[in-house]
Amino acid sequence: MTKIVFFIILTFGVELFLSGHNNPGGGFIGGLVLSSAFVLLYLVYDIETVHRGTPFDFKRVAAFGVFLAVGTGMLSLLFGESFLSQTTWLVDLPVFGETELGTMTIFEAGVALTVLGVVVTIILGISEDVE
Amino acid sequence: MIESMLTISVILFALTILVAVIRIILGPSLPDRVVALDVIGVNLIATIAVVSVILNTKAFLEAILILGILSFIGTIAFSKFIERGKIVERERDR
Repeated sequence: MTKIVFFIILTFGVELFLSGHNNPGGGFIGGLVLSSAFVLLYLVYDIETVHRGTPFDFKRVAAFGVFLAVGTGMLSLLFGESFLSQTTWLVDLPVFGETELGTMTIFEAGVALTVLGVVVTIILGISEDVE
Repeated sequence: MIESMLTISVILFALTILVAVIRIILGPSLPDRVVALDVIGVNLIATIAVVSVILNTKAFLEAILILGILSFIGTIAFSKFIERGKIVERERDR
């Protein structure tokens, strides 16, 4: 039952993350919803079981997210633009038709990974047993 | 007609939230406060739905979904805290 709810929340988080251009949503809120899914897993199971299922450290997820976001910002310096400027392309994809691809999405993915890692780390940190 | 009904229902939802806040402040035990928090979450969801009908927009529907998820997780966390005494366990004992 928990696994079903977990995947529903994950799907909703990814949908919020992808709809961030023209609708309410974006990287920050998507990351918060994804982290709430992981918090639900930590509530229902325990820390050892979840860490066996997700073989990555959430601090490293946060660090990789910051690297991705800042790296996307720095990449625009190579093309002579100012820091964090963005660009979009219109691409013909086979299934989706004419799609707008932008470098903003990579930055948003970095923000989402950062929020996911930081929130899960904070929740685990404040729930630690002090004995 | 419909407009005034919707406005009155929003006012009544606000009154319900006020009563639940009183129960949170006065509530003699922890389960009373948990149930009052759950009532506030459900009433917020209903208020957002009615307000989005009044404003004739679809922009708030994702906020309804997020509030539903968060109040669900919050209720689970509170009930586990009442039952077990701690929220996230290091090793599960069944």
